[in-house]
Amino acid sequence: MQTSGVKRQTSNVKGQTNGDRASGGPVTRDQGSPKPAALVIGGGIAGIQAALDIADAGYPVYLVEREPSIGGRMAQLDKTFPTLDCSSCILTPKMVDVGRHPNIELMTYSEVVSVAALDGAPPEESASPTRGFRVRVRKKPRYVDLDRCTGCGLCAAACRMKGRVVSRFDEGIANRSAIYVPFPQAVPLKYTVDPSACLYLTRGRCGKTFLCKEACPADAIDFEQQEELVDLDVETIIVATGFDLLDPRLKPEFGYDVYPEVMTGVEFERLSSASGPTMGKITVSGREPKDVVFIKCVGSRDPHTGVPYCSRVCCMYTAKHAHLVRDKLPDARITIFYMDVRAFGKGYEEFYDRVKHERVIYRRGEPSEVYRLRKNGDDTGRVVVLAEDTLLGRPIEVEADLVVLATAVVPRTDVAEVAGLLGLERSPDGFFQEAHAKLSPVDTNLDRIFMAGCCQGPKDIPDTVAQAKAAASSALGVLSRCERKLTFDV
Amino acid sequence: MPHYERGMALKTEPMVEQLELMGCIQCGKCTGGCPVARKTVLNIRSLIYDMLVEPELDVNAHPELWDCTCCFTCVERCPKDVRPADLIIGLRGQLVEGGRIPETIGAALMGVFRQGNPTGLAREDRAAWLDGVDEKQRTAVKAAQDGCEVLLFVGCSPAYDLRVQVVPRALVRAFTVAGLDFGTLGTEESCCGNEVRRMGEMGLFEMLVEENGELIRGAGARRVVTTSPHCFNTLKNEYGLDVGGTGAATSDIGHASASKIEVLHYTQLIAELIEQGRLAFSNEVRKTVTYHDPCFLGKQNHVFDEPRAILKAIPGLKLVEMDRSRERSLCCEGGGGRMWAEGTNLEERLAFQRVQEAADTGAEVLAVACPFCLLTLEDAVKVQGLDERLRVMDIMELVDLALNDDGEV
Amino acid sequence: MELQPRIGVYICHCGVNISATVDVEQVAAYAATLPGVVVARDYLYMCSDPGQALIQQDIEALGLNRVVVASCSPRMHEPTFQGAAQQVGLNPYLVEMANIREQCSWVHTDRERATEKAKLLVASVVAKAAWLEPLEEREVGVTPGALVIGGGVAGMIAALDVADAGFPVYLVEKGDHLGGRVAELNRTFPTLESVPELLGPLVERVQTHPNVSVLLNSRVAEVEGYVGNFEVTVVESQSPKPKAQGPNPKSQSPGQGDGGRRVEVGAIIVATGYDVFDPHRKPELGYGQYPNVITSLEMEQRLAEGDLSGQMGDKPIKSVAFIQCVGSRDVQVGNPYCSRVCCMYTAKQASLVRDLLPDAQVTVFYMDVRTFGKGAEEFYDEARAKGVLYRRGTVSEIIRRGDRVMLAGEDTLQGRPFEFEADLVVLAVGMEARVDADELSMLLKLPRSSDGFFLELHPKLRPVDTAVDGVTLAGCCQGPKDISDTVAQAKAAASSALIPLIRGTVPAESATAVVDADWCAGCGMCVEVCPYGAPALDPLWGVSRINPVLCKGCGSCAVTCPSKAIRLMHFTPAQIMAQVDALMGVE
Repeated sequence: MQTSGVKRQTSNVKGQTNGDRASGGPVTRDQGSPKPAALVIGGGIAGIQAALDIADAGYPVYLVEREPSIGGRMAQLDKTFPTLDCSSCILTPKMVDVGRHPNIELMTYSEVVSVAALDGAPPEESASPTRGFRVRVRKKPRYVDLDRCTGCGLCAAACRMKGRVVSRFDEGIANRSAIYVPFPQAVPLKYTVDPSACLYLTRGRCGKTFLCKEACPADAIDFEQQEELVDLDVETIIVATGFDLLDPRLKPEFGYDVYPEVMTGVEFERLSSASGPTMGKITVSGREPKDVVFIKCVGSRDPHTGVPYCSRVCCMYTAKHAHLVRDKLPDARITIFYMDVRAFGKGYEEFYDRVKHERVIYRRGEPSEVYRLRKNGDDTGRVVVLAEDTLLGRPIEVEADLVVLATAVVPRTDVAEVAGLLGLERSPDGFFQEAHAKLSPVDTNLDRIFMAGCCQGPKDIPDTVAQAKAAASSALGVLSRCERKLTFDV
Repeated sequence: MPHYERGMALKTEPMVEQLELMGCIQCGKCTGGCPVARKTVLNIRSLIYDMLVEPELDVNAHPELWDCTCCFTCVERCPKDVRPADLIIGLRGQLVEGGRIPETIGAALMGVFRQGNPTGLAREDRAAWLDGVDEKQRTAVKAAQDGCEVLLFVGCSPAYDLRVQVVPRALVRAFTVAGLDFGTLGTEESCCGNEVRRMGEMGLFEMLVEENGELIRGAGARRVVTTSPHCFNTLKNEYGLDVGGTGAATSDIGHASASKIEVLHYTQLIAELIEQGRLAFSNEVRKTVTYHDPCFLGKQNHVFDEPRAILKAIPGLKLVEMDRSRERSLCCEGGGGRMWAEGTNLEERLAFQRVQEAADTGAEVLAVACPFCLLTLEDAVKVQGLDERLRVMDIMELVDLALNDDGEV
Repeated sequence: MELQPRIGVYICHCGVNISATVDVEQVAAYAATLPGVVVARDYLYMCSDPGQALIQQDIEALGLNRVVVASCSPRMHEPTFQGAAQQVGLNPYLVEMANIREQCSWVHTDRERATEKAKLLVASVVAKAAWLEPLEEREVGVTPGALVIGGGVAGMIAALDVADAGFPVYLVEKGDHLGGRVAELNRTFPTLESVPELLGPLVERVQTHPNVSVLLNSRVAEVEGYVGNFEVTVVESQSPKPKAQGPNPKSQSPGQGDGGRRVEVGAIIVATGYDVFDPHRKPELGYGQYPNVITSLEMEQRLAEGDLSGQMGDKPIKSVAFIQCVGSRDVQVGNPYCSRVCCMYTAKQASLVRDLLPDAQVTVFYMDVRTFGKGAEEFYDEARAKGVLYRRGTVSEIIRRGDRVMLAGEDTLQGRPFEFEADLVVLAVGMEARVDADELSMLLKLPRSSDGFFLELHPKLRPVDTAVDGVTLAGCCQGPKDISDTVAQAKAAASSALIPLIRGTVPAESATAVVDADWCAGCGMCVEVCPYGAPALDPLWGVSRINPVLCKGCGSCAVTCPSKAIRLMHFTPAQIMAQVDALMGVE
């Protein structure tokens, strides 16, 4: 198959290339004129889907992802609601498609540095007739040669920092080495040196020798590697930068970081995941919990935390978590505290019904605090959740040995930076602002720049995929018109 | 008695699982539509929630459990297919087993056990109501055990209660006029058990199902028709008569006992006979009549139109509807064992409200199709002093008037 | 067989998904002993890059001409492994998979027996592999154009996106105007914009777009063909009384004559919308009996007119009650699902009523408040701040009380029943699949989910695609949703449609049926039984020939042929029998 390239310049090249394509080789052109290209910023499911749609239609796409692998949040999940599909199982085929797609140039461990209209003006002020963009991307140095690395993992096994670097992918539950892949199904499956953890990069030396280099049979590790700046010319951009979760320490009354029994929903996902740090066994402080309590709306619907909105996915993922606990711990007592149950999507209400029939007790009332249970002055290793059961009309205390907090979905910490880069407007809730609340959910305030997924607001996977395809549709419109040199008043 | 003070702690989990109460979302529709919730502390939603969240429930601390009339509005309306009334029946069962039941209910159960009827009157006298039927028609009533096409299941109140007996007598007359081949089980008939089951006495109920079921199947009738909607409800829905006798896959030709038996309430059969032209009314009954849908006929089994069809077929009769009709008919508080238990609130009886509603339509007659409704509403008319304005009559009494001059009315 | 099979067998651990139950190393060792197997390996994740690289390296270095991957269901990764093989020059149909996950490790717990079963499964697929034949990959040209069925917001948005990309679109609408259900609304949530102002420009864009042909008063009568090459017959629908058209209508009437008009397109988008729940089906709520009880749609009209009285005349409206979940989340009427939009539209209507009647009491009776969208929770907060009272507890029945009505329910937070008097009651009726969805289902062979709406290909990752290639879903015909989610979905459907349109070709099925003319008796049974019209009797030779482009490889003809003259490629008798023999232990 042929790909069509786009004019690009590289500046400040030093050392080897860091191309992410599985096979190298020159880019061939189609009938002498380059096909218009698209840029997708963010390699989660939204970015992946958008890139695939555009690439399947035959246009070249650059997919820029900040982390060493694509996959985003969905790769962290165990099972997805309401079908209980294994998240990786449905995600990895798409990731692999992206990695192999002849029309997608995957740039992982890379960041967008600047975006300007082709005439140099900022995007919103451009008077350029083609109205495309020149985007500068920084390819951060992995210190690993991607063409040589086979993903064998011997370096990580040998690393001096093995088991001592907190893994962000595993939400702090597990540790890794300073040279790592974020998860086993990563695309590309190539190792990366974490510059904040590597002894050599932080302190200037790593013992007498580089254990990683010694272990690597392909001689792929290169500490001389530099960052690379690449300029891309694209006609349209899709922003799919995703979300973050509220720091639960902003709700100190729940005892997060104080009690080991209290964890967040995404930490629970890692715990429950068969490929996670505990191989899917749910244990707290080495024991299987007997009483599990789920608290919803932690930070959401709460002006005090600056999150007055609903995070949309927590009711469903909490029901799913309860189901997973019931599946693995058949005799556990499971309680979910709620204010409302928002099971609104296709198959969602039926899933809620199902979970209730699995003896998960829904108690109405938003808990007020969590505290340590002591008996005769001794620490029992359990906590107590204090709430008012508004249906009974009286306060209750529920003992638990595992408490899972459904923390609010919030804009990424770098959202201001990304907004500034492109000139995007933000809504009062902090996410990116769509051009029209009803009729243009994926359009931004800027021409030819679209968005998709949770960077626009919290949403579940089906709505994210729909939005990603929606953004792709808009992008395809731009690309098609450019290619066919059509003009409408669009 | 000192023991009576003790609580009765029931472990909730087994019953929650057995009754699948977990589907409940606490929407409140059950309590919201419960006719007695407004006048007692009975709150079925709250009881379900207690069962769900507490490990134990002190069943004895809920005397209001005996207030439920088993109208099943809660079951009919629950959006999650939970059957709240089944919880009440289940908890009553616990109380029955523990021997903690109101005296009058105990007496009624004992009566059924001993004499086959809750009033405990002699079984021998069960067919005595036929004495009021003139001889020619009386001979038309077969002994169902000898075989007949339609088996009339009389029921306890219609058989023994002097006020209600007019109804089966009117039925006999109507069936004879229509040329029906019918019979009764005579003194072998026992209480259908509908109220017994709803009072929580499952063991006695199963015994009745077995005895009556055998008799009914042995009679070989294709159809069973009942006087009371309560008998209708249990024979139709709980006896398994519509799935054939012993579950044999095939039946020999002529062995009607293995075939399916259709269960009808008399209003369905009478309406059918009218439609077929086998019953025609010669006399005018110039009355304004309003009809009260019995819970066990209307709400639970969705028979709304046939009773009205009968009334409309009576010449000269003007039918007016109460606002609370059909699915929203106001329960008379006769069901669920309430005929033998006063309940926790004696002052406000729903029957009082009901007869007032009937009188407000301007009707002269409040027509009913259920012996319990007949008794409770008639009593209410008296207590409320409405006897000058309103008369409570069973539909068959009106039919009787329309059929012949020498009816008992 | 010309070539000796050189088979490579790859057993996947799938993390622990397979290896926790099946001894994958044992299975690999066993596989190495099977006839024709040159190499057998096990690996942690065959679908990963290095996993595929293993296969590719072996194909090149060991000259493999058949590949067997024992892992998950082929529905997951068959294209992945086929693609990997293809990249190094091996025909993708020489790759076969053994499902030892969904059909083995995930459904058994006994390790020993599961391992034996996995070995059997692998042996059977290896036996088949020896008989695999390379198949031609075909592409079919695509008619550059799309058909959109339904002229509501979903249909219009989808049509515009396809048209904006430069392709002609036929927009078929059953009624006499565009705008669908949204046109019946007054204002939208949460911004309270006026619907005519919102919809007007959209309708105008559609009607004036050079690439869009709007066919009003039309419906689809027949659909023939397949993805990229649909032939659709559009006829006149029986439509209700005509309404005033928008400015500059560019609608065309369907063709003259009984046959209607034939339209050729490459892709079809279904945007047929929903029906509204009929509250007569909940007689206890008194709809149709009391003029005080109305539906939310009727309320929209009254709000648009600024007059809430309706049939109640001049009587003052002191209390307005809204009842949520009428016909939704209710197994009694057969709709267990949530209709998704009612909580928001009720909050909207309640807010507007407060504005209109500042002295009236406005109460909403609910089970859960599902205000989950962007700006939705804030909107709910504002409604309550304005004085709309939310009471948790749904209404069980409605009775008349003089000129007013009485709502009987239980306030579950107070824990006691209430009798609430109101002058006006609004039922928040839900969405249902359209009554005529059956017809469209049959026409397009579209399956439905248990809730009656059209079924998407995968509930998480393929929300707009269907089991029928080339047909996508947009809007509420797939399930209840609000305008912004409908627009996103409609655009998503457009994207799926644009892919083949822009590419200009689509792949056709390779594993098709083939007739051996020597055995064919010309009986014509295959022609009768084929759902796709692929076989045809050659008029000259009297034997059946199967059009490989129309054939979808369903196998009906192969099974029906009494002469056993038809083979379904990739599922030939020799291949299947080899599998059966291996499973039965026959050499």
